[in-house]
Amino acid sequence: MKRWLPFPLVSVLLLLFWLLINQAIDPAQILLGTCLAVIVPLIAQPLQPLGYPRLRRPITLFRLLVMASVEVVRSCFNVGRIIYFVKADRINSQFIRIPLDLRDPYGLAVLAGLINMTPGTVWVEILGDRHELALHVFDLHDAQWWVDTIKRRYERPLIEIFE
Amino acid sequence: MSSLEGLPAWAALPVSLLLIIGGCIIVTGALGLMRLPTFYQRIHGPAITITLGAGSVLIASMIYFTAQQSRLVIHEVIITLFVLLTAPVVSMMIMRAAVYRDLRGRKHDSGANAGGVYRFLDEDD
Repeated sequence: MKRWLPFPLVSVLLLLFWLLINQAIDPAQILLGTCLAVIVPLIAQPLQPLGYPRLRRPITLFRLLVMASVEVVRSCFNVGRIIYFVKADRINSQFIRIPLDLRDPYGLAVLAGLINMTPGTVWVEILGDRHELALHVFDLHDAQWWVDTIKRRYERPLIEIFE
Repeated sequence: MSSLEGLPAWAALPVSLLLIIGGCIIVTGALGLMRLPTFYQRIHGPAITITLGAGSVLIASMIYFTAQQSRLVIHEVIITLFVLLTAPVVSMMIMRAAVYRDLRGRKHDSGANAGGVYRFLDEDD
């Protein structure tokens, strides 16, 4: 079982994906989808040495995602306002450093996804020597505010969820 | 466009509103891409296109086809999911490539050293 279906949950999701894309539940599509659901995880297994992440607090994760979606909409309007109304040479775009305590690779991946999804901020990389995140901010007013926001609203829930 | 006339009002109204809003947002993103001066600022313009812009158009598409075909059409969810999964990775890779390209090329007007996180090698000594 383990040998043929290394990630059963992923296989089920793949089958559902396949049926949803084809918008059909006839036996032929189910058969084709099942083949995909078995073969793809087997091929992809060497790319994924870490196994499933452990999710501790699903409610915290849900709240984090809702908060992040609201933040995405809010920053969309901020960025739009800056594009229309602020003169290009007055936009203060800068890189800042944010020290991170989060070490779990899945937690870091989620954090990178959420930060990059939010308009106005782009994750560049983690600077190896002191585990600091290099972040590019579109219009920077207060670097300390960004450090506090990311640490309090994003990093702390992720540490609770993944570590 | 004749098929839009057969649509009931409860669906036609949100569909047109969402399409107008989505179109405005996408134009805003494109405008940002066009008129912002440095690469590091231009990368933020399309971010609003792929989140809110694509989101509104996809929701409009879901409502439109659900009303038109009188059944639940939600496979746009997959597009949303794929966009939201791939776009952050791509922007991170592009950003990183740009930073290292500008640092090696010593492009002092590129904005790569703004904020002092990254420094050009010849400034160290």
